[in-house]
Amino acid sequence: MSDATDAAEATGANEAAEAPAEEGPRDELREAHLAVFTGALGDKVLGSHIIPGSELIVRVDRANWVEAAELAKAKLGCTFFDFLSAIDWMPSPWGRYEDAILDDAPSANGSSGIPKPDPATIEVGYAGGETRFQVFCRLANVRQHHSVVLKTDVPDVAVGTNEFSIPTLTKTFAGANWHERECWEMFGITFDGHPGLRHLYLPGGFEGHPLRKDFPLVARMVKPWPGIVDVEPMPESADPEAAEANEETPESPSGQGGDE
Amino acid sequence: MTLTERQQRAYIDSQAADMRVNVELETDEGMTLNMGPQHPATHGTLRVIAKLDGEQVVWADIAPGYMHRGYEKLCEVRTYPQVTTLINRIDWLGSFANEVPFILAAEQLMDIEAPPRARYIRTILFEMARIANIVLFLGDLGVQLGAVTPAFYAFRDREHVLDQIESVTGGRFHPNFDRIGGLKDDLPKGWIADTKAVMERMRMFCDEVEDLLFGNEIFEARTRGVGVIPADVALSYGLTGANARASGIDWDLRRDGRVAGLAHDDVDWRVWTHPDGDSFARCWVRLQETREATKIVDQLCDKLPGGSIMAKVPRIIKVPAGEAYVETENPLGAMGYYVVSKGDLGPFRVKIRSASFSNVSVLPWLLRGVYVPDIITILASLYFILGDIDR
Repeated sequence: MSDATDAAEATGANEAAEAPAEEGPRDELREAHLAVFTGALGDKVLGSHIIPGSELIVRVDRANWVEAAELAKAKLGCTFFDFLSAIDWMPSPWGRYEDAILDDAPSANGSSGIPKPDPATIEVGYAGGETRFQVFCRLANVRQHHSVVLKTDVPDVAVGTNEFSIPTLTKTFAGANWHERECWEMFGITFDGHPGLRHLYLPGGFEGHPLRKDFPLVARMVKPWPGIVDVEPMPESADPEAAEANEETPESPSGQGGDE
Repeated sequence: MTLTERQQRAYIDSQAADMRVNVELETDEGMTLNMGPQHPATHGTLRVIAKLDGEQVVWADIAPGYMHRGYEKLCEVRTYPQVTTLINRIDWLGSFANEVPFILAAEQLMDIEAPPRARYIRTILFEMARIANIVLFLGDLGVQLGAVTPAFYAFRDREHVLDQIESVTGGRFHPNFDRIGGLKDDLPKGWIADTKAVMERMRMFCDEVEDLLFGNEIFEARTRGVGVIPADVALSYGLTGANARASGIDWDLRRDGRVAGLAHDDVDWRVWTHPDGDSFARCWVRLQETREATKIVDQLCDKLPGGSIMAKVPRIIKVPAGEAYVETENPLGAMGYYVVSKGDLGPFRVKIRSASFSNVSVLPWLLRGVYVPDIITILASLYFILGDIDR
């Protein structure tokens, strides 16, 4: 156990990897696992984070994505493929649809009708990141009951093309097939070498990638939420004044809990 | 310009596939059999396309998505308490179990721990959701294989479990009862005695089903050795729950997980596995799990501690920035939520890892080489809920 801790400390000292939170309780098991990654991939481990007692998150270079997964499978015994998905770190240009953004957003933002997201406002999560899109997957060891979350940045294929691709994991884990198909249609990230990138959920001619933050949620645009605009008078109180009085009651029926 | 007959058939085939209608076409290469989207064996709208050579499947594909509701996107525009209403509808037969991992993930981010009484009641309802879910599986299994009686027994006895869930939560199917930091309400008076009687009844139901189905010669003939999944394939495809345990993988997140908000560690129960990996093993493991679940509920009812059911939680719930992944052993298998928070009222991104999605993704591999009637057996024994595949 002490060896593992030493190894983790040694690699922590000479790596550019972000140091895990030191103030919390230390997690020697996961530090040892991190050392396996830093030992094999060197400076291709771009970032890491340990949630003590819970999860190890390792961010690797895109070129080493498959290698990292194979490493986890071979060295850490993570033979169980849990899931694969992506995160779009860009804040939604539509806000959270809590007020009627529809009224001002499209006209105020030029002719396209879609408000321009601001890349400068991207804030990434644990283990850092440099790009808007990150693909992450979780692998687990079902005998010793530990796991690792692998993340990788997905930059544009070439500058400004707005096309994204990373290598496929299907050769290492057969179960990645469906997860990558879902990720492809939801985020528009291509998986190189995938045996059949076909639509999984969406109909064949669907345009756009629904889980990207700049994809509008049409239901919310048609009818804003929650209950700010759609307060209708009760059928029995037909006169508008009574309806207005209802609207001004301090207890909001919405799930927001109201403002104290 | 005239088309050859073969081109015409290919055209009709492709048009039919686009329109997603039922079609059976005979071509030179054999027959394409389309099951669904509506088919009794698919528990909803799942489409199975199989290319046949005689009675044998040479290639199969699965088309989900007829019920895709985009919960991951919808979660992003809701506050944390509002999300539970949505995710209730993922696996609609064991709804309460859907709420638990999400609430636990939010609790982990907020660093809140539910009081012991809440943990116990949570676990009781979690296990009752499992019983309600799997009892229907056991009944439905009979229907798929030609025995109608178990389904009536299942619907009759499941109602008692649902009554108990309803008397606590107010909802038969969609409790929406779990809260960050605890539960909405305490148990009603007299509930524990009633529940124990119901658990006794469910054990009797398990015995009945065992007599009706598992001792039945036809049932054994149709399930033994059908749809064998080896352990390494199961792991590679991410199979969980009874499907993995039936392949000899001794892994149950209730025992092996690092879940803090449930009370499975405080009671005595065991994890059942089966070495065969066939349809029979999957059904058998589920039967045993139902029995174990009734024992867990019984013991938790006996040990139920007093005290509060809600931790101190701010009135307006803001979850600190961070990421958390919590996975629990749900009726259908491991279900997890990867919650990314930016310190807002609602989550920034929620990745829902549902059990059936991974469980069903093994089908194209599994169906290759089986006979047509065995497709039904395999679909039934893998046991999926459409809402859990499509989300």
